[in-house]
Amino acid sequence: MNLILTIAWTHVRHRARQTLVAIAGVMTGVGFSIMMAAMMEGSQEDFIRTLVDALPHISITDELREPTRQPADIVYTAAEFHGLTPDIRRPGIKNPMATIASLQTWVPGALTPSVQSKAVLRFAGRNLTTSIIGIDPRTEAEVSNLATHMKQGTLNSLYRASNAILLGDRLANKIGARVNSNITLASAEGASMNATVVGIFHTGFRMTDETTGYVLLKTAQILERQTGIVNEIRVRTRDPMAARLISERIGEQTGYKSISWQEAQEDLLSAITLRNVLMYTIVGAILLVASFGTYNIISTITHEKTRDIAILKSLGFRDHTIRAIFIVEALAVGLAGAVLGWIFGYLLTRGLASLEFKTPFSDYNHLPVLYSVNHYLLATGVALLSSMVAGYFPARAAARLHPVDIIRGAT
Amino acid sequence: MSEALIEARAVTKVLGGIVPVTLVQDIDLIIMPREFIAITGPSGSGKSSLLYLLGLLDIPTSGEVLIDGISTSRMTEDARAEVRLTRLGFVFQFHFLLPEFSITENVALPMRALGKLPPRAIIARAEELLESFGLGDHRHKTPDQLSGGQRQRVAVARALANDPPVILADEPTGSLDSVSTAQVFGILRDLVALRGKTVVAVTHDLDLAAQMHRRIHVVDGRLANDHAVTAPA
Repeated sequence: MNLILTIAWTHVRHRARQTLVAIAGVMTGVGFSIMMAAMMEGSQEDFIRTLVDALPHISITDELREPTRQPADIVYTAAEFHGLTPDIRRPGIKNPMATIASLQTWVPGALTPSVQSKAVLRFAGRNLTTSIIGIDPRTEAEVSNLATHMKQGTLNSLYRASNAILLGDRLANKIGARVNSNITLASAEGASMNATVVGIFHTGFRMTDETTGYVLLKTAQILERQTGIVNEIRVRTRDPMAARLISERIGEQTGYKSISWQEAQEDLLSAITLRNVLMYTIVGAILLVASFGTYNIISTITHEKTRDIAILKSLGFRDHTIRAIFIVEALAVGLAGAVLGWIFGYLLTRGLASLEFKTPFSDYNHLPVLYSVNHYLLATGVALLSSMVAGYFPARAAARLHPVDIIRGAT
Repeated sequence: MSEALIEARAVTKVLGGIVPVTLVQDIDLIIMPREFIAITGPSGSGKSSLLYLLGLLDIPTSGEVLIDGISTSRMTEDARAEVRLTRLGFVFQFHFLLPEFSITENVALPMRALGKLPPRAIIARAEELLESFGLGDHRHKTPDQLSGGQRQRVAVARALANDPPVILADEPTGSLDSVSTAQVFGILRDLVALRGKTVVAVTHDLDLAAQMHRRIHVVDGRLANDHAVTAPA
């Protein structure tokens, strides 16, 4: 074995108890860092995945980016209007099917038309305001996970009755409706219809499950009293991360308001960035505290080995060799702590992942964690770096010792 | 006349502080091959300080020390360490062996630091040196398993590891009983007589000094006397 390694190994081996305490310090730091990173990134990824799954990646609505301009405004450079009643514009996206066909030529993903409406749902003497979404079951499955969330019935069940509706399970429970129950829907536009419950879904999002019903496009158009109306086109892109750029291009092409999921959830995403800063600060602090253990052991060994250092220097050992011995000792403590920390961190993460939690917003009951090699590498890198820094200062002090001072003191 | 191994030219060492203390003052000295030299003097006279200066363990405040005719005053610390490793061997009053290592490993340390021999050859030479000092049966033991005299013999073996021409010994028998003193002194004498080494030893023991070739007497840091006791072998 190399001379430096031999001496370093002998030193740490003969101080087994102190070395083990220092290794345990690094191990704990690395382990908790890995667990923290796994938990924070796991919940973040789960949150984003849920967000991406639950919402359309891009939503094109019939709102215009720019407000409608009056003809006089277009003709004259400066115009002032008083007491003008604006034209009632027919809501909805113009030529929706043509727009979808045009977007399908270049948008990487799937598109589906939908109608967003509000209605009062009546059943067994109870009135509840609900969001009614008109969908096309043939294309809906490509854009949302509704099909996979069905507890009873399928999307195609909507074709079973003339006015069929799929209800969220919480909504159905609230009013006491079941499959085949007949309910009444009354829209704000004054339309009223009887509908048959043909399916129950459960998305896991309380708001959705408690307030949403899905009907066929045609049914929603009747409720809105607008034949052929489509007021939203939903897009699911192959790469969810590309949604922002695609959304911008759609907005430029169609002139309609096109919002990507990132834009819609900007506040939450910036909160996640802040959370990441906090996470890495905490992880860094944990490892910094662990490095004090390493500093302590190397400092103690250096102090105890003052006489040996003087002997080695009198024999002709160079300063950098002495320095290297103590830095190698620190790195050995750091590496051993890091390797044990991987196991400890993995076990902690597994333990955390097995715990059950219930939140008021969803019913996912296991804490989401993310297993990533990067967490292990990062924690190891920081542990080794902090161990090296912790070892460097005692090592430098050791190399600077004047052998005569020690020998005189000893004789 | 052969070349001087060590030469001190007007070497002075003053310890700084509120009241500066002069340890060694204006000493001129030439040490030739195969000499067996005793440095004597009362306690605190500067004997050990002179030895440390000659062994490049300390730097003179003024004057210079030459090793093999080369001035060491402008050498870097690494260059001085290299000279200590290859040209000088040290034996101290207390054995100064590394307690966690076996005596073979202790003797091997300077050779491993020099890195000129393969590991097997290093161990073989270390064991050979221990064998020659009657410690062959103890080669796997650690220093705390040996007597004081045995430890000091290991220290001599370690000093010889890289085959330096000069051995500098600071009170090598100072902490030994009479039997061990005789054994260690015999070894040092044999180094000169049989191996052709130069031995410079600081000692309080005037009987031992009387058996050496040359005696340098230091008083108050100055060279009081430097004379031949017996003719070199």
